[in-house]
Amino acid sequence: MAGTKSDLQVDLEQSLHMYQQMAKIRAFEEKVNELYQSAKMPGLAHLYSGEEAVAVGVCEALRRDDYITSTHRGHGHCLAKGAAVDRMFAELLGKEAGYCRGKGGSMHIADPDSGNLGANAIVGGSAGIATGAAFSAKMRGTPQVVACFFGDGALGQGLLYEVMNMAALWKLPIIYVCENNLYGEYTSVGETLAGEIGARAKAFNIPAETIDGQDVQLVYMTMQRLVARARRGQGPAFLECQTYRYYGHHVGDINRAYYRSKEEEREWTTTRDPLQVLSARLIAQKLTDASVFARIEADVKAEVDAGVQFALDAPYPDAREVEQDVYA
Amino acid sequence: MSEERELTFAEAIREALAEEMRRDSRVFIIGEDVAEAGTPFKVLSGLVEEFGKDRVIDTPISEPGFSGIGVGAAMTGMRPVVDLMFGDFLTLAMDQIVNQAAKVSYMSGGKLHAPMVFRTTLGATRRSAAQHSQSLHAWVSHIPGLQVVLPSTPYDAKGLLKTAIRDDNPVVFFEDKMMYKMKGVVPADDYTIPFGVADIKRAGSDITIVATSSMVQVALGAAKMLDEIGIGAEVIDPRTTFPLDKAALIESAKKTARAIVVDEGYERYGVTAEIASVIADGAFYYLDAPVKRMGALDVPIPFSPALEDLTVPTEQSVFEMARRLCGKT
Ligand SMILES: Cc1ncc(C[n+]2csc(CCOP(=O)(O)OP(=O)(O)O)c2C)c(N)n1
Ligand SMILES: [Mg+2]
Repeated sequence: MAGTKSDLQVDLEQSLHMYQQMAKIRAFEEKVNELYQSAKMPGLAHLYSGEEAVAVGVCEALRRDDYITSTHRGHGHCLAKGAAVDRMFAELLGKEAGYCRGKGGSMHIADPDSGNLGANAIVGGSAGIATGAAFSAKMRGTPQVVACFFGDGALGQGLLYEVMNMAALWKLPIIYVCENNLYGEYTSVGETLAGEIGARAKAFNIPAETIDGQDVQLVYMTMQRLVARARRGQGPAFLECQTYRYYGHHVGDINRAYYRSKEEEREWTTTRDPLQVLSARLIAQKLTDASVFARIEADVKAEVDAGVQFALDAPYPDAREVEQDVYA
Repeated sequence: MSEERELTFAEAIREALAEEMRRDSRVFIIGEDVAEAGTPFKVLSGLVEEFGKDRVIDTPISEPGFSGIGVGAAMTGMRPVVDLMFGDFLTLAMDQIVNQAAKVSYMSGGKLHAPMVFRTTLGATRRSAAQHSQSLHAWVSHIPGLQVVLPSTPYDAKGLLKTAIRDDNPVVFFEDKMMYKMKGVVPADDYTIPFGVADIKRAGSDITIVATSSMVQVALGAAKMLDEIGIGAEVIDPRTTFPLDKAALIESAKKTARAIVVDEGYERYGVTAEIASVIADGAFYYLDAPVKRMGALDVPIPFSPALEDLTVPTEQSVFEMARRLCGKT
């Protein structure tokens, strides 16, 4: 099982860096919600607020040239892996300066420069790509490792089991990161999942761990161990992170009472907030004080404000773009 | 007929399902978030309250799995309506639809059948990007054993869905996501619309515009613009791509001597190609111009509104094509 709190040893600088990354994602998503509500953003977006510790803890244990694949709820993964706020916003607004020149939008952000092979709007759709990237890393003889992010909902998809079987057979350097936020759209996992999550991986002899996904230090430490193992050629691992999305399935999902209670939402947002968990711990350990976090919050807010302004001012792609990039 | 009453497209679908479920206890609905959530488009809202969770069944996100369960249930006496949230997810369920449901009657020498409906969606311009915006009805129209329905009004939606549920063969039923809120007259009584019967949505004598699903409103808009420059356009909706009402399409083209086919699927190898060839063949000696095709631009649907709007035929583009074809500049 995962490390207990006493094993945790993450130095302060790194902890503060993770805090900053989480705060950046939080501020980014708040802004996305605002853009939606003020009708400045086309379409919908699936906010990552509440789940920041998963993306940040996982990506902190990766190198820049390690790969990730992401999901429809992918802004946090992209930012944690190193995407820039301004170009992310530009993509969300369909602008030429966006990571995909406006062609991808919220659910398809890819940034190969930071090792991001792309978000995916097909649930579980990236499991093949991620496993293929791990396969290729092994074939090419590089030390690269892959983190494949997916939600609890993707456990319904057969593709995942096909590729986990091959990843285990061929000892591929991949970590399957299941973000269990208790719901797929408007249905709770209790109604869609039989058996235990980790047992699925164990059936393939893939080591599986279930951890508190709201504790970024724990996610990071656990992931570091699994990544080191994969890099040594010891094969895949499966990491279930228990987490919670603060908002609806997407920005338009406002009335949620029919599928989850206000009390449950309050419980998670007030007692298990990943930013608060980390800041409270560091302060209790007397490693730092509240002013440090206030400064970080101000910094990321400035970054997000500047980024969104950049995107709002940026031009749309030229009409000729529509037929470009269909083929290499 | 009872007194005129308007329903939205979504309400017409819901009413057809409810009526068929009341009429036939073998009918059930299965898919993702179909029960309390009533689907992301709220098309099925209220059905679980009336019919319960045994007949309005939420599944895991397992398209091949619940499609296959639908096929097996259909083969053994039930009448499933399988809900595939987005037409793009046909790709996941394709083996069950194409290799299983479509072929079981033939392969069994007519001993087994799969009386079922796959309800799904089509249509772009919702800013949903490349994996949630496709119109893939040509794929299934290609497959012997399947019937493919493309309603374009609330009235057609109700009547055609009832026919689909009562039919003994697998049917793929496409709903345009942009149309769910559109209102139209829908009788409260029990009526069905047979497959393979085209409907003239607007009569005209100068040019035929064959349009399907989402493109019917576009064609009607273009027809209005054409009226203003003295061109009378006939808008005809085949309503089902298979069976296809070839006679009606040919008849209309013979009358007008010009035809454009407009459909939101990809232009290349698409529904427009099939229909244009039917008209070119059947009305050859009557045509004054080549049959023109207008489909979605052959690109994955882009997210940016600045690009997405360029990928789908519009009233303006259909108008211009018709005007050119009629030799008016
Ligand atoms: C194959 C497929 N089926 C259905 C959908 C529609 N859909 C989008 S997100 C979602 C729920 C996903 O739940 P989960 O994997 O738990 O991710 P979460 O949204 O909770 O982060 C569904 C059903 C889809 N995008 N792809
Ligand atoms: Mg989930």
